[in-house]
Amino acid sequence: MPTKIEKDRLTGKDTTGHEWDGIKELNTPLPKWWLYVFYACIVWSIGYMVLYPAIPLGTTYTKGLLGWSSRDQVRDQIADARERQGEFLVGVQEASLEEIRADSTLFTFAQRGGAIAFADNCSACHGAGGQGNEGGFPVLADDAWIWGGSLDAIHQTIAHGVRWEDDLDTRFNMMPAYGDGLLADEEIEQVADYVLSLSGGAPEGADLAPGAEIYAIQCSACHGEQGEGLTDLGGPNLSDAIWLYGGERDEVVAQIVNPQHGVMPSFAGRLESETVKMLAIYVHSLGGGQ
Amino acid sequence: MAEALRKTDGVLPEPPERLVDLAASNVEDEAAVSWKEAENPDSPLYADRIKVQPRDVRGPIRRIKWAVLGLLLAIYYITPWIRWDRGPDSPDQAVLIDIAGARAYFFFIEIWPQEVYYLTGLLVLGAVGLFFVTSLFGRVWCGYTCPQTVWTDLFMWVERKIEGDRNARLRLDKQPLSGGKLRKRVAKHAAWLLIALVTGGAWIMYFQNAPTLVAEFFTGQSSTGTYFFVGLFTATTYLLAGWSREQVCTYMCPWPRFQAAMFDEDTLVVTYQRWRGEPRGKHKKGETWDGRGDCIDCTACVAVCPTGIDIRDGQQLECIGCGLCIDACNEVMEKIGRPKELITFDTEANQIALEAGEPKPKWKILRLRTLFYAMLFLGVAAAMLVTYVTRATVDVNVLHDRSPLFVTLSNGDIRNGYSIKILNMTREPRSFRLTYELGDGIAGSSLDVVNLESTGETATLTAASDSVATYQVYIRTPAEALTGESVPILFQISDPSRGDLVTYESVFRGPDK
Repeated sequence: MPTKIEKDRLTGKDTTGHEWDGIKELNTPLPKWWLYVFYACIVWSIGYMVLYPAIPLGTTYTKGLLGWSSRDQVRDQIADARERQGEFLVGVQEASLEEIRADSTLFTFAQRGGAIAFADNCSACHGAGGQGNEGGFPVLADDAWIWGGSLDAIHQTIAHGVRWEDDLDTRFNMMPAYGDGLLADEEIEQVADYVLSLSGGAPEGADLAPGAEIYAIQCSACHGEQGEGLTDLGGPNLSDAIWLYGGERDEVVAQIVNPQHGVMPSFAGRLESETVKMLAIYVHSLGGGQ
Repeated sequence: MAEALRKTDGVLPEPPERLVDLAASNVEDEAAVSWKEAENPDSPLYADRIKVQPRDVRGPIRRIKWAVLGLLLAIYYITPWIRWDRGPDSPDQAVLIDIAGARAYFFFIEIWPQEVYYLTGLLVLGAVGLFFVTSLFGRVWCGYTCPQTVWTDLFMWVERKIEGDRNARLRLDKQPLSGGKLRKRVAKHAAWLLIALVTGGAWIMYFQNAPTLVAEFFTGQSSTGTYFFVGLFTATTYLLAGWSREQVCTYMCPWPRFQAAMFDEDTLVVTYQRWRGEPRGKHKKGETWDGRGDCIDCTACVAVCPTGIDIRDGQQLECIGCGLCIDACNEVMEKIGRPKELITFDTEANQIALEAGEPKPKWKILRLRTLFYAMLFLGVAAAMLVTYVTRATVDVNVLHDRSPLFVTLSNGDIRNGYSIKILNMTREPRSFRLTYELGDGIAGSSLDVVNLESTGETATLTAASDSVATYQVYIRTPAEALTGESVPILFQISDPSRGDLVTYESVFRGPDK
């Protein structure tokens, strides 16, 4: 609290009465315009509160005379963006996937659009950038494809899903559960050793001959003579370094005994056709497209 | 008027020996007053502005001020029109900040956004230069070259031409509104607004091509943003130079608050030679000058002051150091036959010596303070020059893909993706050779650029003139060759024709070992 108001000899003005380390402060009045600027700000704020949404009232709020709302603004912006995208969207709709890929402008547009749609619709299972997830969510950035990695095959998979029963065109296959008496436990072990040997992962000194025999009869129809997989049937490649449900011996055994089957929704009904196309272009460009 | 503001109550007793003593000689008021009582009418919380109406002045300093003003305004208005040929694809304006194209041009210099530190360097140079000049010559920036001062001076000149000099304007202010007064006022504000518009327009010319801008502006084809900014700078020029004037320096600008920190006893500042001028008083022709000071209290120095202060009160925050009071006082001293320079540019050290009747000390230009500022200035300038001269005409930026960090391919190889950006800062399209070194020479790896032929070890990447090219690059390597989950990788972008080589170190990630 100020205690000693004094007259300053030099200027004739009062001091504020404060003193710090012997330094005193003149009580010089502020300029009037300063005050008026302050009043103007108050007037401005009142006008603002009248014109724009301002005061929260429980579950609602004052709407403002202009009727402006941030939601409307976003809606307008989205509409604007759609309008600006118009010609490209039409281009994507009309061109074939190969044509889109050949046209650098359309390709860039489709790839960017696909990236955004992917983040919204796909990355929950397939991971950002198609890095896949543990437990049967395939990596989309590698060069292994269960149902084929061509543009058309990818487009088909996205549009109709995998084992999605509401879609008649969905990708579908089933692997029998060999643990339900189809094969004895010992035979399952043998065939697992053989399958592991296809990618050089068989246990030391395992006898592969019986497993090879069982494989030729039971498995080669879907997984190929040499375990190279059959994309037409969605039979995964067993001779590469990529395992959907893990490549350890017990994981392979478990998959033979009681296979897990992944399900992917069909997106043809959920997303616009051009979005599905853009997704196909994007997934194909992740580094493994064929 | 202004001097009324500074009236001291009662008569000054014997003037103290030096200004420094003045502040310490406040009379102690023993009676403590309460906070409520302190709010007496003498010191209200807000005060009306006393309008400053400076008188015209003639003299060497005023001439220097006009010359500086003319030069600076000429630089400001002419610069955008200087052309500078940079080839077909680039703007040919010598000084241009191209926001849309993300380039800044200054004659032969071209700066990219990531080199914005040159701008920082310029600001540092500006600050240090300001400190340096201030520690030597006081507030010459404020008094002569500050845009606020220059434009205020220009606006005052217009005002003087239309409404007359100080006395005429004071009378005009007091007059009731009449046709004549209205005509003068309208003419003045119209002239001000016109100058402000030209000022705001010229500012925008530094950001757009000047000739096209002028053509588009007056045919209504410029963007809303352009009109907005021209309007904004027109308004600020008009308000600050026409209405606010010295209030900007006194209340808004931070510079006066800390300029005193750059002053010392060897700084040249506008000084009233109190020892020679006091005791002041009116003087009739023929009277003796013995026993009195040279100041005849004519208040010419107050009348010409653009900030409306009385320099005879000593150094003060409001003084912008323009020295117009020196011209005004010299004119008077000449008339009454006394030596000139009663108000003068001088150092405190000199003043102390003069007052004591000692010989003038040597003006110490080289002091720790000025040396420090000078070294700092030269150091920053040299650093900027060296970095600019040696800067590469190509730069590379590598971004390692984070999702996925790495991909296991079907044959067991590990693949990493990189987004490589090449900045070609020259005026012609160039092609670069991309090579890489993985770890300590890991064998069996190969390189692949999306949508581009590559040999597996190198690729040729092209970049158009003055632009950025982006490539997606994949490096794959046998998993067993990796020594750990993270191996350094060095990318090299070379252009043998120019001898450029830029490297960028990144990482190659693999599974846990």
